[in-house]
Amino acid sequence: MVELARRLGGAPKRKSRVSTGISLPVGLFLLAAAAFLVVGSAVSSIFAQQTVAGLAQGAIFGSLALALVLIYRATEVINFAQGEMAMATTYIAYQLTLWGLSYWLAFFLTLGLAFVLGVVVQLLVIRPVQHKSVLAVVIVTIGLFILIDGLVTWKWGADLKFMPAPFGNTVYHVGQVAFSRQDVGTLLVSILSVILLWLLFQFTKLGLAMRAAALRPAAASLVGVRVNWMLAIGWGLAAVLGAVAGLMTEPTVFLQPTMMQAILLYAFAAAVLGGLESPAGAVVGGLALGVFLNLVGQYVGFATAELRLPIAFAVLLVVLLLKPTGLFGRRQVRRV
Amino acid sequence: MTARPLLELDHVTARYGPVQALHGITLAADEGEIVAVLGANGAGKTTTLRAISNTVRRDGEIRFAGRTLGRQGPEAVARLGVAHVPEGRGTFAELSVWENLRLGAYTRRGALKDDLSRVQRYFPWLEERRSQQAGTLSGGEQQMLALARAFMQRPRLLLLDEPSLGLAPLLVTEIFRIVKDLNEQEGLTVLVVEQNAHLALQLSRAAYVLEVGRVALFGPSDELQEHESIRRSYLGY
Repeated sequence: MVELARRLGGAPKRKSRVSTGISLPVGLFLLAAAAFLVVGSAVSSIFAQQTVAGLAQGAIFGSLALALVLIYRATEVINFAQGEMAMATTYIAYQLTLWGLSYWLAFFLTLGLAFVLGVVVQLLVIRPVQHKSVLAVVIVTIGLFILIDGLVTWKWGADLKFMPAPFGNTVYHVGQVAFSRQDVGTLLVSILSVILLWLLFQFTKLGLAMRAAALRPAAASLVGVRVNWMLAIGWGLAAVLGAVAGLMTEPTVFLQPTMMQAILLYAFAAAVLGGLESPAGAVVGGLALGVFLNLVGQYVGFATAELRLPIAFAVLLVVLLLKPTGLFGRRQVRRV
Repeated sequence: MTARPLLELDHVTARYGPVQALHGITLAADEGEIVAVLGANGAGKTTTLRAISNTVRRDGEIRFAGRTLGRQGPEAVARLGVAHVPEGRGTFAELSVWENLRLGAYTRRGALKDDLSRVQRYFPWLEERRSQQAGTLSGGEQQMLALARAFMQRPRLLLLDEPSLGLAPLLVTEIFRIVKDLNEQEGLTVLVVEQNAHLALQLSRAAYVLEVGRVALFGPSDELQEHESIRRSYLGY
């Protein structure tokens, strides 16, 4: 086929074409889905409300999924402790507010502490086993999961704790539609942190070096990139994203050691849905999953809250059957 | 007073697990010259380069620009001014041409305008391809991009591993011409590993011939070319 196309079309064009990783059918599908959401929201106010709430929930899935993808690209493992790290940092924010800090001061201080936590975890726990085997790293992250869970329960107890509400309880009315300030705030904060991270990776020297270190560590070290530091910084940034996800989850499920466990599963589904290697895919996957679950919960009678997780994985299964590399996964394009 | 060579290897040994790859290599390259490292497959040519850039465990002393290279990682050696274009070129296939060049200048601060215009003198086609994904370039273009990236490092020493590998003869000539230009016009010192002994001897001032991890022969390139018996037994042409 390729040969035939080449003969018919002359020499293949290969002028500046940077692949975005989105194939045409996937792009059309996403466009159609977006159009469906817009039209639906214009027709029905309940639909609009559920869509916004779903986007807010999905943005949380997306940022945690992005944290998983960052680490997967650099270290080639799923960090099973990502959710627990997010939970622990949320407890740190809680402690800071107990000490009298305002919510947003505690929020930003926590992001800084989360970065340090991520770096320290990589240096102390991951680096020693990193070159042994993938399985060793996976086991270490599971151990980390149990360790963090135990430490948090020991320090703060397993009962529910409550933090001040970051966005208050205001509800906005646009025509017939009611949006909670909570949902809108969650969506904005999550998306903003994702965009900032994207800018860092795409337009700074540090970001370029981090991508290079993740893609080809040996070649990166030959141009002077300190690969080990880049991996540690990657873990730090993933922990920051996790902290955002944890802090944005707290107002709806409140503080408890298990608060991020289900979220991590959704985030995992979102990351695989997007293609596991693709940061954009993780975010879109998260948003799509959030909206889809909310709409199904609203309009499909038997889809009760208990079925949310099974439905999420059913969607994942269908997508992977149709497109095994995930929505944004790309096959390697390389000339030798 | 005689100037010391820019690069000196003194009884350098290296091993991959149980396999000893270098049995004590002693070698020197003066500032501003091109030195070739020749030999059959498995003679230790690539390992010699890897010993210098510290990407293999090695013993023995290596001095570069008057200082002894210690146990620091490859990034420290790169920061001293050694650019290594490894086997397989070390191109970041997933990144754009421009990002590859940008990474070459990673260790330096400040604007890159001067470097870019210098690179464009030797590789004029790079400008219009700057946003193309490097992995979609042809093999020859990728080899040139690797050279350009190394040049962006503003190195004092360029380590080149088999630049001719897998390329059409015309492209090989072109790449060797660029290496020669970089050497003559920029004063770049080059240590080049090659299978193609004929080409490498034409390019270089001196050459070392390796045999199973040892230096079997060393001399000025033009002399090595003239001795028919040497050519036959060591260089295979």
